[in-house]
Amino acid sequence: MSRLRALLGLIKGDPRADRVVPPSGFTAQLTVLSAAAMAFLAVFALALSLASGRLAERWGTELAQTSTIRISAPPGQVERQTEAVLEVLRTTPGVALARPLDAAEQRALLEPWFGPDLPVESLPIPQLVEVIETASGYDSEGLRLRLRAEAPGAVLDDHTRWRRPLIAAAERLRALGVVSILLIAMAVAAMVTLAASAALAANAQVIGVLRLVGARDVYIARAFVRRFTLRALTGAAGGTALGMAAVALLPDASAAGGFLTGLGFAGWAWLVPLAIPVFAALVAFLATRNAALRALKGFT
Amino acid sequence: MIELRDVSYSYGGDALLSDIDLALAPGSFHFLTGPSGAGKTTLLKLCYLELRATRGEVHAFGRDAAALGRDGVAQVRRRVGLVHQDCRFLDHLSVAENVALPLVVSGQDAPERRAELDELLRWVGLHRRRDALPPELSGGERQRAALARAVIMAPDVILADEPTGNLDWEMSLRLLTLLVELNRMGKAILVATHDLNLIRQAKAQVAARVLRIRDRQLQVAGADL
Repeated sequence: MSRLRALLGLIKGDPRADRVVPPSGFTAQLTVLSAAAMAFLAVFALALSLASGRLAERWGTELAQTSTIRISAPPGQVERQTEAVLEVLRTTPGVALARPLDAAEQRALLEPWFGPDLPVESLPIPQLVEVIETASGYDSEGLRLRLRAEAPGAVLDDHTRWRRPLIAAAERLRALGVVSILLIAMAVAAMVTLAASAALAANAQVIGVLRLVGARDVYIARAFVRRFTLRALTGAAGGTALGMAAVALLPDASAAGGFLTGLGFAGWAWLVPLAIPVFAALVAFLATRNAALRALKGFT
Repeated sequence: MIELRDVSYSYGGDALLSDIDLALAPGSFHFLTGPSGAGKTTLLKLCYLELRATRGEVHAFGRDAAALGRDGVAQVRRRVGLVHQDCRFLDHLSVAENVALPLVVSGQDAPERRAELDELLRWVGLHRRRDALPPELSGGERQRAALARAVIMAPDVILADEPTGNLDWEMSLRLLTLLVELNRMGKAILVATHDLNLIRQAKAQVAARVLRIRDRQLQVAGADL
């Protein structure tokens, strides 16, 4: 409770106490500008991280629930082997739905490569069977063995081969986004520490006078801490607003655009960047307080 | 209230003060004299704990200064009023704000204390200059503002380092009158000065003890003053 009161007191401030340290225009502007730039970058890092997370989750859930069986057999045997595959699937625990793709669906799959009006019926194209799993999934090794016995031309593709590296790549992108945000926070802390240290050094005489009239270190530090916290908050709020506007102006997500057009926030995730100014202010608060108390120990 | 027992102070291997014994009791009035560089300012700094004795003990309001942290030193300084020759103001604050500074930093800047501030500014004759900035003040006005700042916390001890160094004789007498008034209120006063005329004038008004630093040691000045 006392910490909350202290924080509220810090935000509310004391105009008379604030005036004891003279204003420093140039460093103030630099701090605001740097905080704005860092917040702008943090918005993009956050967008990257959240979009990668969404992608990994989507790939993980969508692809994990589906698989395909490809049946390559001489023309006279395709229909029989398809029936055998469907029979095997009907009696396989963990399979929710299995259906052979019809000619129109197979044509649609090939259309991006061969164009429209492809005579699917006249080509030796394998028959595809789409398999939808239940939540618990099926035993893929067991299914492969049964398919080999019942339908020698059937090959099970459970997407694992290419799903795993995609998900791993998306998760690494997400981790990179988080690391970027942490690095940005560290850069803000370093920048505020440097600016606060410069301000403390420039105000050595003021600090000397304050000490002589009985000011405690905490009081002197508070005058600097509040100032730098508010500067970081102001700058980061501006940078965040600009960053969010820039993300909002990115093209909408589309299948043709792939991952890049989906780089943004979705739904409630638009609220997440609003935490950036608060986080920047917290980082500035801790960095200034630490720098001020350490520097004040060095003053006689 | 402030007591130095067998205190020595060295800087860079050179002894500046040796075997100093001094007690600033309530209602006492001391002058500290001696040639320039004798160590008057150093002795005052030991009294308000800006310097730490290299040997001996300094006690402030019953507390051993060596055991005090920075917050403890701040607490002591709230009970000690300081008047420097160069005044040491914050030039971006008005006279009234500078005088009120000890109240602000100690969190005692309540509205009811504003009336005390007005009264104090009137007492030192600066009520019409309350909104002026320190660089706009004359030497005498600066010294009086420094005295007002030194007493606003109603300190028990007032230490003044060459408070009349930049003043003409008339203004010096005015400042001395203020110090004598404070002493009659029970404050312990220690004034470091090389102005012997001021000391003689003060002795006519108050029972002041005159101390002199000679050869790094503190002596009671006699008739040779």
